[in-house]
Amino acid sequence: MEGVDKTALWTVIILLGLGSFGLRFMFTGLVGDRPMPDWVLRHLRYTAVAVMPALIAPLVLWPAGTGGEFDPPRLGAAVATLVVGYVTRNVLAAIASGAVSLYGLLYLLG
Amino acid sequence: MSASTPRAPFWQGFRDGLPFLLVIAPFGLLFGVLATEAGLNILETLSFSVAVIAGAAQFTALQLLNEQAPTLIVLASALAVNLRMAMYSASLTPHIGAAPLWQRAVIAYFTVDQTYACASMAFEKHSEWNTPQKVSYFLGAVMPVCPMWYAASVTGALIGTTIPEGLALDFAIPITFLAIIAPALRTAAHRVAALVSVLLSLAFSFLPYNLGVLVAGLGAMITGAQVELWVERWKGKA
Repeated sequence: MEGVDKTALWTVIILLGLGSFGLRFMFTGLVGDRPMPDWVLRHLRYTAVAVMPALIAPLVLWPAGTGGEFDPPRLGAAVATLVVGYVTRNVLAAIASGAVSLYGLLYLLG
Repeated sequence: MSASTPRAPFWQGFRDGLPFLLVIAPFGLLFGVLATEAGLNILETLSFSVAVIAGAAQFTALQLLNEQAPTLIVLASALAVNLRMAMYSASLTPHIGAAPLWQRAVIAYFTVDQTYACASMAFEKHSEWNTPQKVSYFLGAVMPVCPMWYAASVTGALIGTTIPEGLALDFAIPITFLAIIAPALRTAAHRVAALVSVLLSLAFSFLPYNLGVLVAGLGAMITGAQVELWVERWKGKA
């Protein structure tokens, strides 16, 4: 492995740290009690469900663990996690279902 | 201890945050392992986790750094992943906006998916809590989550590549995020936004440096906001 460039690494660690803090402090720190425009809030409400599925969809269909090969056990585990999480609204139950499904399906199909 | 002291909410926060050890430990461990595989030493791995303290952004940044992506793209992509933190911040503002600035800064630093999830649920349930009690609750929830993130990152870095591939730890990322997202798909707007996000990310996955995630995230945010407006108008007419 050639490894990560050290200058780029420390630039990212420092600036990403400051930038992340800026995002976390943006409203609690600077806005305080002043009201925010509705249209801003309306878009921000969907940030999590807009960015996270985009991050994981390719990982589910083309997993890193199989070198990008489609993998039925991983898709099955993802579906189990999603369904159990949606129905029970319980993060831990969803994670447990995903883990059990993944290892179960890897054992059965692998 | 009396309910008027901040101590009771602190321990309640601690108890609520405790189950997330099961998530933070393997996830942090994985970051340490991947960071080591990318050539980071222990100090660099720990600095990464202490400075950024955000799983998804760290994984994104690490992956793009490993692909030798331009620094600006690494920062933009990882910050895009962290945009939800601004939403968390906005949502926490009515509850802790009256706290001293230094306390709000401490809470901002420790705002992660798990602490925010605990706090938002508890603050809604305990509307009788005053600001110091809410701050105490939040810091209680931080205790089992954030220090564990640092510790797990370092542990992962120390044990390095010794985790067997058969454990399929790569899939801890999608499973963890799916588990966090699934309960949040509570309205039609959230569900449509998530669906559009998936479709756009797959359609734009040919773009380099995770730019597809930016396109999908932006498109899905606009979609969610629009669907929310349509549903409101439809309900207003009905």
